[in-house]
Amino acid sequence: MGLWNRRLVLFVPYAWLLLFFLAPFVIVVKISLSQTAIAQPPYVPILDLSAGWRGLTTFFSALSFDAYRLLASDAIYLFSYLKSLTVAAISTVILVLVGYPIAYGVARSPRHWQPPLIMAIVLPFWTSFLIRVYAWINILQRDGLLNDILLRLHIIATPQAWLASDTAIYIGIVYSYLPFMVLPLYATLEKIDIALLEAAADLGCTPLRAFWMVTVPLSLPGIAAGVLLCFIPIVGEFVIPDLLGSSESLMIGQTLWTEFFANRDWPVASAIAVTLLAILVAPIMVYERLQRRHLETPK
Amino acid sequence: MDKSAALLRIENVRKQFGPLTAVDSLSLEINRGEFFALLGPSGCGKTTLLRMLAGFESPTTGRILLDGTDIVAVPPHRRPINMMFQNYALFPHLTVEGNVAFGLRQERLSRAEIAARVEEMLALVRLKGFNRRRVDQLSGGQQQRVALARSLVKRPRVLLLDEPLAALDKKLRAETQFELMELQRKLGTTFVIVTHDQEEAMIVADRIAVMDRGRLMQVAAPNDIYERPSSRWVAEFIGEVTLIEGALRADGILDSALGPLRVPENIAARGKAWLALRPEKLRLSATRPEENLNALPGTVFEVGYRGGVSIYKVRLADQSLVKVALSNSGPTEGQEMSIGAKLWVAWPKENGVVLTQ
Repeated sequence: MGLWNRRLVLFVPYAWLLLFFLAPFVIVVKISLSQTAIAQPPYVPILDLSAGWRGLTTFFSALSFDAYRLLASDAIYLFSYLKSLTVAAISTVILVLVGYPIAYGVARSPRHWQPPLIMAIVLPFWTSFLIRVYAWINILQRDGLLNDILLRLHIIATPQAWLASDTAIYIGIVYSYLPFMVLPLYATLEKIDIALLEAAADLGCTPLRAFWMVTVPLSLPGIAAGVLLCFIPIVGEFVIPDLLGSSESLMIGQTLWTEFFANRDWPVASAIAVTLLAILVAPIMVYERLQRRHLETPK
Repeated sequence: MDKSAALLRIENVRKQFGPLTAVDSLSLEINRGEFFALLGPSGCGKTTLLRMLAGFESPTTGRILLDGTDIVAVPPHRRPINMMFQNYALFPHLTVEGNVAFGLRQERLSRAEIAARVEEMLALVRLKGFNRRRVDQLSGGQQQRVALARSLVKRPRVLLLDEPLAALDKKLRAETQFELMELQRKLGTTFVIVTHDQEEAMIVADRIAVMDRGRLMQVAAPNDIYERPSSRWVAEFIGEVTLIEGALRADGILDSALGPLRVPENIAARGKAWLALRPEKLRLSATRPEENLNALPGTVFEVGYRGGVSIYKVRLADQSLVKVALSNSGPTEGQEMSIGAKLWVAWPKENGVVLTQ
């Protein structure tokens, strides 16, 4: 491959990132530093390049951190962030607890059974995400399937209100994100050599102990990948809490939506997004560091 | 405790995998302190037998006794038997030290004792100072020694070795064979090795069990198996051999298609038999040898020079080929036995082995 070809190959992904990630992000940061205005677009200042150098200086002097100050001054935003992080953390823990046995079961089933089982996990994704969340509304509502079954089994005496609660949010999130947890876990579990477990048994481990001493440590990269793949999008989740949750405590995605569409406060909405990104970069960096350490040095 | 020399007694063990009989009514005794080899072609059931000793498979029928106690129902983690796995099965998430200490940690020994025994073991396999290394940073030979240390550190009654040297290159394998023997003598542990490499089995083992299709073909010391094979199958599996078919007569003569051949004395069998001739037990001569030797005329068909020896393939009167190994101990120039040369293959009668099956 020639030098120019090689440069081209490198250029394409960088150009993609520049155009569709960095440029929009710069715009969002800029909006977050602006003031709301009853105008089109609904904020000032607007960069006017025709005014030359003067235009540029007035533009920059008009930028401020007012939106961020507002974010810090009103507890509603802090609660929103905390609510999102809590929901994401708890759902991710549930996802690991539910996803691990599934992934383990698939990885240990006979080889010819594995593709159909993986298919069964991925298959729901062929229907629209929205339709599946609406289906959960149907299941969870007062005269829905869940109450119906629980009443018939005499587990509950009167119909329960499942919808518009945190429970509904957790059910919806765990259901929707399960494949993102199962697939990376399956990928690492499936690679673990059975001979390693036999070696552990041979050296005196009961099957349960061999699981803790060998399988779990060797599947840590899969757990980390699954946790990251679930935790980050769950923090910003909007559709599931909006459709299944209550309107009392909002997740940050909902707050952002309200600022943007209901209040038409683009600077605050952008500030929320930028802050969220800053919060989420932290776990990604931790993961990167762990992975690098995993590659470089022993435990 | 059983007073006999046998440490492991395998009694009528059969292992069935669906329609396949991997091990068939096999009985075997392995002695205390012995270096025992299970040898056979792939698929002969030797690995299945080893896995039954380790506890990873249980026999369909039959018993396995360790010191007189049936261990068939004992799970692998409670057997005083350890195994060195074919591809070592080292734990990739642990260091050399972590791997070797793994088995001791399960015994809940004190930290100090574990450390001392790990050190002792690493010194024994010449890996002192490698404690903190990751196992994937080691060479094949070093990994092999970690695996050996890991399986020996628990001081097992029996050490099972599943093709322990198969992953090493030829030269390293030869060195390691002698190291294994030295280690076994030093520790006095009973070693049971599975190998498909007959040379390896002959070098390391005190006794060899030759297996084919789930059955024992012969159990004997290496030289007995080579010099006195019990059947044509064993003779052909171990080393090289030429078989001449014929009928045994009462006067010590085998009537073959190549004429009457003298066989060793004291052979009671009569009727159909085979005379087995090892290449190095035969000689070649340009002139007709003396009367008291068996001699067959032939033509040199092929010569294979192997350094220390040369292998001659000689075509006999009935068009069959016989292999003769000649030592190149003297100068090799001027040897008249090039391809196409007419000569005699000769041997004293005691150099042949009569096989009746």
